[in-house]
Amino acid sequence: MIDSVKSFLGWFFVTGDPMIYGADASIALVSIGIVAVLTYFKKWKWLWNEWLTTVDHKKIGIMYIIAALLMLFRGGMDALMMRAQLTLPNMHFLDAEHYNQVFTTHGTIMIIFVAMPFIFGLMNIAVPLQIGARDVAYPFLNALSFWLFFFGAMLFNLSFVIGGSPDAGWSSYAPYAGAEMNPGVGQNYYLIGVQISGIGSLATGINFLVTILKMRAPGMTLFKMPMFTWSILITSVIVVFAFPAFTVALALMTIDRLFGAHFFTIAAGGSPMLWANLFWFWGHPEVYIVLLPVFGIFSEVIATFAHKTLFGYAVMVWSMVAISVLSFITWLHHFFTMGNTAPVNAFFSISTMLIAIPTGVKIFNWLFTLNKGRIQFTTPMLWALAFIPNFTIGGVTGVMLAMAPADYQYHNSYFLVAHFHSTLIAGTVFGIFCGLHYWWPKMFGYMLDEVKGKWSFWIFMISFNICFMPMYFLGLMGMTRRMYTYPAGLGWTPINVVMSIGAAGMGIGFALMAYNIVWSAVRGKKDTTGDPWNGRTLEWATASPAAEYNFAHIPEIKSRDAFAAMKEARAAGHAETVPPYKAIHMPNNTGIPVIMSAFMFIAGFGFVFEWYWMGIPGLIGVVACMIARSFVYDDHHYIPVEKVKQTEAATGRLS
Amino acid sequence: MTDATLSLHEKDRSQMPIEYSTEEGDLRIVGFWIFLAAELVLFGTLFGTYLVLQSHTAGGPTAKDLFEIGPVMAETIVLLVSSFTCGLSTIELRRHNKRGLIGWLLVTILLGLVFVGLEVNEFYTYAVHEGAPLSRSAFLSGFFVLLGTHGCHVSLGIVWIIGILLQLGKRGITPVTARKAFMAGLYWHFLDVVWIFIFTAVYLTGWVI
Ligand code: HEM
Ligand SMILES: [Cu+2]
Repeated sequence: MIDSVKSFLGWFFVTGDPMIYGADASIALVSIGIVAVLTYFKKWKWLWNEWLTTVDHKKIGIMYIIAALLMLFRGGMDALMMRAQLTLPNMHFLDAEHYNQVFTTHGTIMIIFVAMPFIFGLMNIAVPLQIGARDVAYPFLNALSFWLFFFGAMLFNLSFVIGGSPDAGWSSYAPYAGAEMNPGVGQNYYLIGVQISGIGSLATGINFLVTILKMRAPGMTLFKMPMFTWSILITSVIVVFAFPAFTVALALMTIDRLFGAHFFTIAAGGSPMLWANLFWFWGHPEVYIVLLPVFGIFSEVIATFAHKTLFGYAVMVWSMVAISVLSFITWLHHFFTMGNTAPVNAFFSISTMLIAIPTGVKIFNWLFTLNKGRIQFTTPMLWALAFIPNFTIGGVTGVMLAMAPADYQYHNSYFLVAHFHSTLIAGTVFGIFCGLHYWWPKMFGYMLDEVKGKWSFWIFMISFNICFMPMYFLGLMGMTRRMYTYPAGLGWTPINVVMSIGAAGMGIGFALMAYNIVWSAVRGKKDTTGDPWNGRTLEWATASPAAEYNFAHIPEIKSRDAFAAMKEARAAGHAETVPPYKAIHMPNNTGIPVIMSAFMFIAGFGFVFEWYWMGIPGLIGVVACMIARSFVYDDHHYIPVEKVKQTEAATGRLS
Repeated sequence: MTDATLSLHEKDRSQMPIEYSTEEGDLRIVGFWIFLAAELVLFGTLFGTYLVLQSHTAGGPTAKDLFEIGPVMAETIVLLVSSFTCGLSTIELRRHNKRGLIGWLLVTILLGLVFVGLEVNEFYTYAVHEGAPLSRSAFLSGFFVLLGTHGCHVSLGIVWIIGILLQLGKRGITPVTARKAFMAGLYWHFLDVVWIFIFTAVYLTGWVI
């Protein structure tokens, strides 16, 4: 009896590795600490009422960003561990198996639990404000999306200490990821954790598509929308059409592993290549899901700090549309080398190269926007300016990789790793940092410190180049991706040392940014005007942070850059009449999203371990929550006129 | 989210059908159409998978060996008729006839239950009597998962419509219950369309090829 309990525990908890014991201890300590602090300060009720049950898009956005920053920390630790292992030849910091797990969790976390939720956070904060709306189309669904992402991420991360991490790469190729070659629960964690958060992403796509299509303030035609909103509209369309394919792919592999089906196995007629196709049919659009929104952010920031309207607005929009269409017909470039016929490779080679055209057009539009502008070098602007050359390197090397014959040389080498980090870091990560600094005052009502912000920018940006520029050459010298160590004497060592120095530098840059956040929370400059950057779009027309209802009066829009136009009219002395306030109708808070997602987590955990006694009740809980929601009719309340007046007076906006 | 609150596109809705009579109803229905578009991609992926694996029978039973015309035709007719009765329920909805609406919805879900029963029986026959469970070959994996996904959708639809029936019984036809009944109808017709594709891509080609 005791022995069987012991052996169960030894299998259930990951054992034998000091790093994991460290993680166990720190998870336990942090959890106890959080519970203690909340209890001591009697904050449980506050947490529940203000955050866990909120349906306010601004708070949901903040929760997305906090979670994504924590995940960035975890993914960054994984990156540093890999760089530590590879710094010198024949190192034994990580063994082969552990290295596999670390690059898998690093890749998955960075894409699914950092890049996407960070972007979802920023769009939650900015889009409804930019279009002059009081919330998103479906506030309940929005909260549900967040909690599904959150619990999916928790489930995935649990694999580190309970049961073991997945190790088949973020792309999880069959047949290696199948039950036969990859027994145990690690891969199940990947499949189910990502599935749960993916359902949330799909819902977010639908939500923002409808929000932008149907809830714009009067007068805001599609071609008067801010560019960030445009980018989210297009991204949402991609989400709606790409994610279901991923849902299916993950489900099929789960069925393979749990119920012995043969979709992707080698035996009984399964087709491992089918997985590669399904995965990348989602996977390539996915990279545009994390890229187009940051194009939008850069467009806003560059226009704001060049003090000009965006150059070539319509062209910008149409090039994003072109990118979104092309993104669905390029997926095969991820496996040019896996036995396609020449005409097939040729088609996908050309379609991939075509994407460079609209992307290049956008780069020139940003440059022309800067041309003759009065450029102000704020922290967000520095991130945006650094994006242009660094991302272009990623784009150009992308075209190199797109040439199918040449890809036989580059494929799965560090050249590829350098390429996608050039796009994902210089594109997505610079973009989310840019957006973070730009919209921070709108989120919290105070600024991030500019001096520390600039230091963290320079350290991070220079270190990024130290880490990833040499990596291209390392790839050309033959070092392949996902190798956990290498022999001395190949001439790779100096470059690896330099890269690890760069990686450490990026860690320092990020740590400085985290310090800046904490410092500014205490001493940061208050934003009393609601418009600290002299912004051009509507989110700056309301207080920082915006009231629950965003706008006491829904603005009327007459032109692009609506707020800039309003300010000009004001300066020209046009008097504005403020109509009387009306009571405002808002959705109620609700606990169902968080409870339903918690059931999803329980179900997911059960299925990971194939404990159906746990998985099935979990699913029943999910359905019960849906039914409960269907019977809720009293889900709105009115904010009375008096309250609106008070709130507006408190921000000095009552005229 | 509702009329005066979250948007100001004030339209005259007095001439519109009841499910569109509020801004909120309109918004939800648009979102539901987009959801159906996503479902279309989901089923499209499953169809693609099935068609790729159709010939991968690994020496096990083939489509020709398994599929029988009788039960399949019965399932098809039952589901098509249920789609028709579902359409009738929407007509009654537009007429604000609560009893007619509830009646036709009841008929719809009863037919839905018959369909699910027939399908479960078909699955059982294959898996147990014919020695062709999902784990036998890639073809069967594709078959069971494609049809099973459709069947789960129908079952979920039945649960959903029961919930709506209870709300209709209690509250009558209001803009909110009307919107729900209308959306459930869209969903039901969508599943019917998917079945037509299944009939063609799975059964017809199975018999012919
Ligand atoms: C802090 C800076 C970062 C460093 C130092 C870093 C380093 C690395 C390293 C060493 C690998 C493994 C290479 C291999 O063994 O094949 C890797 C893989 C990867 N990284 Fe990063 N990375 C960083 C940031 C990011 C970010 C921000 C993203 C995405 C938003 C990202 C996405 C990926 C992906 C998708 C993989 C592939 C994982 C796989 O092979 O399955 N990385 N990274
Ligand atoms: Cu791609």
